[in-house]
Amino acid sequence: MLTAIYTAGFYAATAWLVYGLARKIIQYWRTPAPLKIPTMPAPLTTGGVVMRIVREVVLFESLFKSNKWIWLFGWMFHAALLLAMLRHLRYFIEPVWGWVVLVQPFGTYAGFAMLAGLAALWFRRIFVERIRYISGPSDHLMLVLLLAITASGLAMRYVARTDIVALKKFMLGLIRFDWQPVPADPILLVHLGLVIALMAIFPFSKLLHAPGLFFSPTRNQVDSAREKRHLAPWAAKLEAGGK
Amino acid sequence: MGDYKAPELSEFTEIPPLQEGAMSHSHPYLAAPEHQEPLGFPGELVEDWHDKAIARFGELLKKSRALQVYLDSCVRCGACTDKCHYFLGTGDPKNMPVARQDLMRKVYRRHFTLAGKWLPWLVGAEDLTEEVLDDWYSYFHQCSQCRRCSVYCPYGIDTAEISMAARDIMDHIGKGQKYCNEIIGKVHTIGNNLGLPGPALANTLEGLEEDIEDDTGVKVRLPLDEKGAEILLVTPSADFFAEPHVDGLMGYAKVFHQAGASWTISSYASEAANFAMFIGSYEQMREVALRIRKAALDLGVKRLVFGECGHAWRVAYSFLNTLAGPWDFLDQNYPIPQHICEYTYDLIQQGKLTFDKSANDHMTLTFHDSCNVARATRMGGVPGGQFEIPRAIARAVCNNFVDMAPETIREGTYCCGGGGGLLTDDLMELRVKGAKPRMDALNQVVQNDGVTHMIAICAICKSQFSKVFPEYGFGMDRVVSLHQLVGNAIILDGQETGGNGQDETVAGAAPAETEE
Repeated sequence: MLTAIYTAGFYAATAWLVYGLARKIIQYWRTPAPLKIPTMPAPLTTGGVVMRIVREVVLFESLFKSNKWIWLFGWMFHAALLLAMLRHLRYFIEPVWGWVVLVQPFGTYAGFAMLAGLAALWFRRIFVERIRYISGPSDHLMLVLLLAITASGLAMRYVARTDIVALKKFMLGLIRFDWQPVPADPILLVHLGLVIALMAIFPFSKLLHAPGLFFSPTRNQVDSAREKRHLAPWAAKLEAGGK
Repeated sequence: MGDYKAPELSEFTEIPPLQEGAMSHSHPYLAAPEHQEPLGFPGELVEDWHDKAIARFGELLKKSRALQVYLDSCVRCGACTDKCHYFLGTGDPKNMPVARQDLMRKVYRRHFTLAGKWLPWLVGAEDLTEEVLDDWYSYFHQCSQCRRCSVYCPYGIDTAEISMAARDIMDHIGKGQKYCNEIIGKVHTIGNNLGLPGPALANTLEGLEEDIEDDTGVKVRLPLDEKGAEILLVTPSADFFAEPHVDGLMGYAKVFHQAGASWTISSYASEAANFAMFIGSYEQMREVALRIRKAALDLGVKRLVFGECGHAWRVAYSFLNTLAGPWDFLDQNYPIPQHICEYTYDLIQQGKLTFDKSANDHMTLTFHDSCNVARATRMGGVPGGQFEIPRAIARAVCNNFVDMAPETIREGTYCCGGGGGLLTDDLMELRVKGAKPRMDALNQVVQNDGVTHMIAICAICKSQFSKVFPEYGFGMDRVVSLHQLVGNAIILDGQETGGNGQDETVAGAAPAETEE
């Protein structure tokens, strides 16, 4: 029964995540940007814009300009999350790739960095007056969700080790459509359940900031308005009909 | 209104404690039917305004990627919360960019997202009630669309895009703003914001020619509607009569004269400003922009040069090619359009202008980067030219120049407090308070470096500072046009130099005799 729920849960959450993200990405892709609005100074070439986006994604450049504390905690959380996720690849692939093995030691400590980053962000959300004002229930709950996933993960590593071999069997079974029992470790079940919830929430929440950044006209447009005429399809229609 | 005080200046602009509702009373005069209807908007609030507003909202979401992406992407990290000059000047939390956006985002969530339809309490989704609409009208008219928040947002969310969309929706249900819509109507019928008809304009320009001749002994022309001229100058109509704008216009004329250029102003397109940008109407903005195209074609000019104006330069630099292009009939060897600062700077680089910098020695100057020029345009061939070129001109024509604190200039510049269609007397309290961050930074260089005057290259900045300077204890004449300084220092061929100590005859320190 448990296995059926988690198996179905993972499939459903994955389908929902892919559907939801694809729907949003297609929507962003199809919606035209009628005017040139890059935040200046902006790069003059496509290569420059790619670098600008890379700096935003990797270094959080704008956030760094804005607020060193939010940058520090936010960047720490995201970088650690990336490491932790890469480390988790070992549960989904067989044999485990060499570089995933290399990531392993960093990935385990990354959990603590995630915890610290999230806690600090939550602290700010509660105690900095301006941020408290703009925070709603979903903003707090999102942090709670991420904190709970991180804490349960760390607990399985440092407090009550779970049967990692059985878990990997379950995961590989999901991928290979050769279903295996989910280990009945309560902490693991909490961890997996929350991850399923996170996957389901992702495309319908503020987590859309991830794809959103790539479509942000103030960041992804080339500064070339004088050289190259930019015209949205609906504006071209207006022009054709209106003259 | 009226019973407010300008905030006390501080060494650094401090983040104020939150004062909920501190500016909820602030809203501009509502547009009357005679301001709304010529623009194709309903004259007054329509009966089914709620449904109409949501319908228009839905249309805009399909038309603007920025709006769609920005309403989804905010994580409420707080990076923008201390970046808006109106928040810093008023302490009203709804003037924090994220909170301002959330006024619109909560309605977006309610009507256009799954989470907001099913779990409105969880994600802060709300219906567009009358109170929410009133908040929109109040707080989307407390955003000068200066884009400072967009610099600091990790996703580049630009509150200007949100407030433009909100104003567009309100226009479409009959809740427009008088100041902007009345002005746009004047441009459609008369050709400029001021409603200055052709003959009056001709008269004004003649008067300015006489002023320059009296000052310098040189006949410098300010041509109007001259067919076959090479350059069409499009400048904000405030340049024709307001102080210190008009001194800037005389400066452009002297530069053109000295360069031996053939140029003209058009009475049909006698306005660089395009207030349709402020109300977020692509259609209106295009109509206004097409006047410039028609004037360029009718006069047969080869080049297009814009005078000192912030949002006008945004519309010109970033939008004109889109709205009224292609400009294939103009000389492709020059940027289309070109900013007067680019034009003057090129001449300086080529050594074609000579200056007597001592003509500006009675002033110590600093430069206010206008928000739209700084964050929405470029000058010259390299990113950041919009910061360097005006400063290079200032340094070429004056001896005493000092910059304000680095976090308050260039891409981090503070809005003057009057941009975005808020330069109206019915928003005076907002304008005064919103100027505080700029006034703090200015006060520092006044105290420490003996700065006497601030240069601006935007008609709105110039008018706004003339008005709010006295509220902070500065003289209203302490704001100057960049080309006013150029005009002071430039040595025209055949100019009566007068001898030593006669700089004042050249310097336009005495105000030109134009109507107030």
